[in-house]
Amino acid sequence: MAKRSFLIPGVDKRLLIKDSIKAMPDLARRRFITGGASLGALTLLTGCDVIDSSSAEEMLKSVSKFNDAVQAFIFNPHALAPTFPESAITKPFPFNAYYDLDDAPEVDGKDWKLEVRGLVDNKKSWTLDELYQLPQVTQITRHICVEGWSAIGSWTGTPLRDFLKLIGADTRAKYVWFQCADKDGYNSPLDMRSALHPQTQMTFKYANDILPRAYGFPMKIRVPTKLGFKNPKYVVSMEVTNDYKGGYWEDQGYNSFSGS
Amino acid sequence: MSSLTVTDEQVRATPAKVIQPAWVRIMHWINALAMILMILSGWQIYNASPLFDFRFPRDITLGGWLAGGLLWHFAAMWLLMINGLAYLVTGFATGRFRKKLLPITPSGVLHDVRAALTFKLGHDDLTVYNYVQRLLYAGIIVVGVLIVLSGLAMWKPVQLYYLVMLFGDYPTARYVHFFCMAAICAFLVVHVALALLVPKSLRAMIIGR
Repeated sequence: MAKRSFLIPGVDKRLLIKDSIKAMPDLARRRFITGGASLGALTLLTGCDVIDSSSAEEMLKSVSKFNDAVQAFIFNPHALAPTFPESAITKPFPFNAYYDLDDAPEVDGKDWKLEVRGLVDNKKSWTLDELYQLPQVTQITRHICVEGWSAIGSWTGTPLRDFLKLIGADTRAKYVWFQCADKDGYNSPLDMRSALHPQTQMTFKYANDILPRAYGFPMKIRVPTKLGFKNPKYVVSMEVTNDYKGGYWEDQGYNSFSGS
Repeated sequence: MSSLTVTDEQVRATPAKVIQPAWVRIMHWINALAMILMILSGWQIYNASPLFDFRFPRDITLGGWLAGGLLWHFAAMWLLMINGLAYLVTGFATGRFRKKLLPITPSGVLHDVRAALTFKLGHDDLTVYNYVQRLLYAGIIVVGVLIVLSGLAMWKPVQLYYLVMLFGDYPTARYVHFFCMAAICAFLVVHVALALLVPKSLRAMIIGR
């Protein structure tokens, strides 16, 4: 139990750091990847200024793209994320975002509609009641955050691949791109093979209750084969596309594939 | 004809005086660079969600923030893994591991530890490792293998699920990864201190003899 409090420390401290990072202008934040004190340490150790920060940044970006390709190559569409018994569920399941819970998007379920765009036969928008009619499954899996901590939770919803089939999506397209209700416009691309993975889910319930605001009401995309930031919450639209449209964290340097 | 053969043997005999062959030196320094990059970026990643009640000072971490640390870590890992794999293969294939690191006997280790603590451990012949060196060098190779395996388990916990199973579960793999890092840091302190105390060993790792 004491261990758990380290794994998921009082969220405030982390949020504070994240908030301050968030407050930095974009350019400064990106320059931080290679710049400043951290590089100084390397320079000291090697005794020469071998790495100028912009070329190091380009090198790191190229390697990250290479790592995307490697991960896509080793991705096995049939490999399932381990599932757990209910007794293994982490309580309380942590709320984690770059904002406070008080600032989390507040979506009115009655007005909300899921917008469907791109390479699909049927572009009709879906109300929450209509989505609730679709067959649902429950799975208990480990959510792994890019920060390193993990927690086990229970998610219930419709397999995304069933929905993609239902709307006549072109599953030869490269990505399903999600947009969220966050006021900064959170978005994230999901590669099609991961989107078609049997455990990838349009989630409407957490622990058998309607998804609470903290976990992404009214709909979250649960992808147990991806890191947490690639599991968008408060989803308002999905677009089936061949274009890489970037993502909120992906654009700031997190590896885009970030598969588990 | 016979005199020619002798000359040939003499020529061949010269490299025998080399304490550290070129492949060892090259791989050693590539590994040193890769390890430093991995440790400093790893501290950055650790700071995002500490396992214990402390963080590494920001100034000695690499990457500036989590994403930068991750980019460095997942770039330097290729250097570490490819170089490390080449080192293991060459070490076994050339018989260097067997010749240099074996045997390791408890009595030998005890004897040399006692000798080292009383400053009686000789370093006259650098081509032969004493038992303390053998134990530490063999041990750090095992730690190196463990840190790569636990790292891979954390990087791909679904695709490489059997690796996660090897460590128990995902959180345990994180602890294993951390303690391997701590062991490598402890090794580094002793290793660098001793190399500076016996400068000819440092010279051998740079120019070979």
